[in-house]
Amino acid sequence: MKVEMTVNGTAESHDVEPRTLLVHYLRDTLGLTGTNIGCDTTSCGACTVLVNGQSVKSCTVLAVQASGDDVTTIEGMALADGRMHPVQQAFQDCHGLQCGYCTPGMVMAITSLLKENPEPSEEDVRVGLEGNLCRCTGYHNIVEAALVASRSLEMHQ
Amino acid sequence: MIPASFDYVRAGSLDEAIALLKEHGDEAKLLAGGHSLLPLMKLRLAQPAMLVDIGRLSELSYVREEKEYVAVGALTRHHDVATSPVALASAPVLAHVAGQIGDPQVRHRGTIGGSISHGDPASDLPAVLLALGGTLVVEGPKGRREIDAKDFFLSFFEVALAPEEVVVEVRVPRSDGHWGFEKLTKRAQDWAIVGAVAVRTSNGVGVGLINMGPVPLRAKAVEEAVASGANAVDAAELAAEGTEPSADFNGTVAYRQHVAKVLVRRALEKAGV
Repeated sequence: MKVEMTVNGTAESHDVEPRTLLVHYLRDTLGLTGTNIGCDTTSCGACTVLVNGQSVKSCTVLAVQASGDDVTTIEGMALADGRMHPVQQAFQDCHGLQCGYCTPGMVMAITSLLKENPEPSEEDVRVGLEGNLCRCTGYHNIVEAALVASRSLEMHQ
Repeated sequence: MIPASFDYVRAGSLDEAIALLKEHGDEAKLLAGGHSLLPLMKLRLAQPAMLVDIGRLSELSYVREEKEYVAVGALTRHHDVATSPVALASAPVLAHVAGQIGDPQVRHRGTIGGSISHGDPASDLPAVLLALGGTLVVEGPKGRREIDAKDFFLSFFEVALAPEEVVVEVRVPRSDGHWGFEKLTKRAQDWAIVGAVAVRTSNGVGVGLINMGPVPLRAKAVEEAVASGANAVDAAELAAEGTEPSADFNGTVAYRQHVAKVLVRRALEKAGV
């Protein structure tokens, strides 16, 4: 079955089986392996991408469901001039990662969160990240990165 | 985990979806947000031969205020219910509970109609519908009919929908700030180990229980006690009456029945009983 979607600004069109999950389409067909598969059961958030600007878990979306949509993965976050997106930059500045496996999903989830709530409190961030697990338990600096990014994003606006 | 093979059709209209269901019968399943169905398919607990995707029928995504009730289109996503100004003003308990389902990513995809038609006794929204005395509007080849929420949940994951019928709208009586919702989970995003919702309206106090039996339940003994003048503490003592919770690694039957009493008391107190 043919799927057509925009991924990181590029129009993509491929034939896939209807049962192909969006995460497998992104990783295996498009080679965008920045989106990780963690639990594969809609729990951990490692596979979070943006569909039409909203965070979703791509292990629980069929590629055919996303046909016609605008998808953003971690590879599409950097700015046009090559600088990192403010959320990515905040992760570097705050050392918001340990092993790094959850990081792409965290960045996408925080980007969606800040779009809905540009000035979150620490509690807003912690609640807003309930769908993303860090097995290193490095939440302290992840939350800090989200708060720093929110101030940085404000400055960009 | 990858689902078994199936055919996929994206329905362009409600009529087309109903026609496809009529043609394919039990072989076909409706796909809305997919956040109940796809996990089952990945585990191969469900293997439909065909998915009829109605997720893009945007005419079924709305929250509207009618004279006596709030109408929510079946394909309204949980995030959109939770943030709807109409729901926040006229059905605040529904908006709040929609905002407590799963996590933000799940709420961006899951729909109210999909969650309710799934008939999972551990899900949150059916208890709200029962407590509020809500109604489901369903459409099939013979037209539309209304089903009271209390008649909708038949048995474990079985609801009063014919194979060719689609839930199109959820209606709840208008309500105000007199409500309480309590959910016990181990992790924030988990299903309730036990949950309770209490709502006080002009029709009295309604109490719904989450995960306390094979179907979503009303705590009728509690409702009757409150109607007879009992306070929250005394009424909540009856919360386990008529319940048949399962035992699993999260808790025994006795534990769940104890927790139900505690959560019902807290919910009643928050509802102003």
